[in-house]
Amino acid sequence: MPLPTPFFPRTSALCHSMKWKEWAGYYAVCSYETLHDTEYYAFRNSAGLLDVSPLYKYRVTGPDAAAFLSRIMVRNIEKLAIGRVSYCCWCDDHGKVVDDGTVMRRGEQEFFVTSADPCYSWFSRFLRGYKVELSDISDQVAGLALQGPTSRDILKQVCDADLDGLKYFATCKARVNGFEVYISRTGYTGDLGYELWVDHEHALKLWDAIMAAGKNYDIRPAGLDALDVTRVEAGLILKDVDYFNALHALIDDRKSSPYEISLGWTVDLDRAPFNGQAALQAEKEEGSKWAIVGLDIDWPQLEELYYKRGLPPVLSNHAWRSSIPIYTAKDKRIQAGYATSGTWSPILKKNIALATVQKKYDKIGTELQFEVTVEHVRHTVSAIVSKTQFYNPERKTFTPKSSKS
Amino acid sequence: MSKKYDAIIIGGGHNGLICAAYLAKAGRKVLVLEKRHVLGGAAVSEEVYPGFTFSVASYVVSLFRPHIIRELELAKHGYEVIPMDCSFLPLPDGDSLARWADPHRSRREIARFSKKDSEVYPEFSRVMTHMGKLAKAVIDHPAPNINSIHPKEIANLLRLGKAFKDLGPDLLNLNIKLVTMSALDFLDLWFESDVLKAPMSVSGIIGTFQGIRSPGTAYVLLHHYMGQLDGVFRSWGFSKGGTGGVSMACARSAMSYGAEIRTEAPVKQVLIKNGEATGVVLENGDELYAKTVISNLDPNRTYLKMVGESHLEPDVLKDIKRFKLRGSSGKVNLALDSVPEFSCRPGDGDHIRGDIAIAPGIDYLERAYDQAKYGEFSTRPYINAVIPTLTDPSLAPPGKHIMSCFVQYAPYHIKQGAENWPKYREAFGDTVVDTLAEYIPGLKDKILFRQVLTPWDLEQTMGLTEGNIFQGELSLEQLLFQRPVAKYSGYKTSISKLWMCGSGTHPGGGIMGASGELCAKTMLTSRAI
Repeated sequence: MPLPTPFFPRTSALCHSMKWKEWAGYYAVCSYETLHDTEYYAFRNSAGLLDVSPLYKYRVTGPDAAAFLSRIMVRNIEKLAIGRVSYCCWCDDHGKVVDDGTVMRRGEQEFFVTSADPCYSWFSRFLRGYKVELSDISDQVAGLALQGPTSRDILKQVCDADLDGLKYFATCKARVNGFEVYISRTGYTGDLGYELWVDHEHALKLWDAIMAAGKNYDIRPAGLDALDVTRVEAGLILKDVDYFNALHALIDDRKSSPYEISLGWTVDLDRAPFNGQAALQAEKEEGSKWAIVGLDIDWPQLEELYYKRGLPPVLSNHAWRSSIPIYTAKDKRIQAGYATSGTWSPILKKNIALATVQKKYDKIGTELQFEVTVEHVRHTVSAIVSKTQFYNPERKTFTPKSSKS
Repeated sequence: MSKKYDAIIIGGGHNGLICAAYLAKAGRKVLVLEKRHVLGGAAVSEEVYPGFTFSVASYVVSLFRPHIIRELELAKHGYEVIPMDCSFLPLPDGDSLARWADPHRSRREIARFSKKDSEVYPEFSRVMTHMGKLAKAVIDHPAPNINSIHPKEIANLLRLGKAFKDLGPDLLNLNIKLVTMSALDFLDLWFESDVLKAPMSVSGIIGTFQGIRSPGTAYVLLHHYMGQLDGVFRSWGFSKGGTGGVSMACARSAMSYGAEIRTEAPVKQVLIKNGEATGVVLENGDELYAKTVISNLDPNRTYLKMVGESHLEPDVLKDIKRFKLRGSSGKVNLALDSVPEFSCRPGDGDHIRGDIAIAPGIDYLERAYDQAKYGEFSTRPYINAVIPTLTDPSLAPPGKHIMSCFVQYAPYHIKQGAENWPKYREAFGDTVVDTLAEYIPGLKDKILFRQVLTPWDLEQTMGLTEGNIFQGELSLEQLLFQRPVAKYSGYKTSISKLWMCGSGTHPGGGIMGASGELCAKTMLTSRAI
């Protein structure tokens, strides 16, 4: 039976749709209203406030904290500067991804790690020999994501942090009405936005302060349905949807390397030993089998199929996450891969998807066939391989004043 | 001498009934003879106390083979199993652990004792799910005959080998550990918390005269996981109307195909002429003839009582006498005036709707075994209790409940001699109630009626030699092509036209139905009938 997060008194009062789902053992709002459109537009046009408390959170401290995390992560965490955040993944012996998350360096010897699956047991397997303390603070720290173009302006009203100077993937400590929060300029929407980490006891005060400050900036509480549309637009992959935790995969074919799930750029091979290093080195030399790509699904062809049946084109209101076969352009009998999630992008006016395809089909511009079902009959329409990051506004990374000035 | 029947089946347990159903469905004339007034053998429901229907012996269902349900149309004939949602472990210090079908709920419960274990738990289940996949290769086919070079037998052996090979090197390695290690050593590979390991390890000793630290018990653990193909803990369930409900569905299916079933028809002996079974003689002297005779009784009873030592070659006789039965458990069934409440977690909540384990620690379990080794029943035994009336109210009057307790260890061979068990029956019952009362303070006042079955009683009533619930221990040397004995494992016996279909044959016990099914299918494909 799921538990309420610390924000439940507020989220439950606002959730008029009664649409909830379970997220990591907690109640999470799918959408506050029956349709999630206004929440989506809040993310893209003003600001959406999302409860991300169900994420797993760990604190790693001690003289060897950086070395310890570098041994686990595919990225070299020793290189991570204080006040910076790293998005990365971690692998098993075979170089298959266990989970992905963010590592924030709060001090020389202090790190904060988020993950999608519980990872305490996995991390603690590698503790021996390091002067480091690992604590699971998932149930002590609540999380809020404030995402959207007006999020900086709202947050400025609430806290004392130098937000104009806080760069993309940077983190800092701030004070809000007498209590402390950690702010990171991170998020899952691919937009300007922040994530705030606060002790449970101050959670509701933080929520109230942000909602009050956001009033003049069209803030909206937002749920996971709106988030799902934005994360596909931003090309951000999701565990258990676009890939599987290698420790939970029932068969080897369900396991993926970082290279296969568009996270090859996070792998830093040439350094001290880390989990999966040898396998990843070999894969880098020999090449990967699969790749996650973006798909731009041909709109006129889809429209035509609907018109033939006397229907206007039907668009799903929601992002979808069912496996859909992808075929080669030449021969519809040859399966090139499968799409794992997708959406109609209201901001791009495109029908987009994230797909896992065999490496030979991953070049940008490659034409593939995407299966669609129109009025109970299956067809295929053309889909062009593109970058996974469909939407990338300038404001996402723009910092009003550089930290040097 | 007219042979009215193609087959006479001795014993109306669920395997006998399933065997009858398959043979009748194939058009054979079959007669099932049951000595008791009720069908089911150890899978039996009886109104032992007015208004209360007990699953007298076996009490939960998981391993029953799904294809048997389809092939014999058992759902149509009343087969209904309701899944259990929880495994509950009360602890003497007032704490408790409940493991649920909901993975996050289980994780939070286990994390109170070990955060690491709570996260490893789903990984363990995943591995055991893989191992359970072997079930299809192992339990759903007759064991290969390794002494034969017949192409069919070699193909069968290769098929089994392939199933193991398909596990991949990591899991194959683990499988070797699984068949050689003790249940506890195997769990130690994953977990650190006694509170979690104790209730998990007992799956390795159920029905086995071994301790959780005895090598080989890890396999018995797997045996109990083989039914877990659909998920973590949902796969054990209550049969509607008690476990007799499964047997009755099998009986109705058999009758719908034309099988004849007689109760209160105890068989005295198999009639043997020129080394060939020709029929049976009943206790009342009636002689019944058939082209084949199939025994649903355990190997000991089949060979030594139904056939008789004079018909057995010395080697077979030696092997059968060495076959380990060694009953190790008893059963206490309680009729209760109201819901039993645990002091550590009061109320009639979901936590007591599944199975309840009195297994408060590794040492507790090992000490329980220590006593059994020297011929005593455990003064603080491992108890697996269920309260089926919370799920199936039809079993008792409204508001009243049944608590069904599987109790280990209760060795058949107590030092006073097995035949003296009746003198200690009530003392054994008291031990069980006293043990439970430590966790359920008001229990004694709620008891309306108590049924105590020692291993000696299981032998007397159900015909289970030495009270062994699996018709023979599930230790590795008594499995596959060595069950019950190496020379005669493929449901055949040393007597021509006499077959065996009980859980003393491959693949063994646990209300699987596989022995009955495979015996019938082997007979039909080999044109023995």
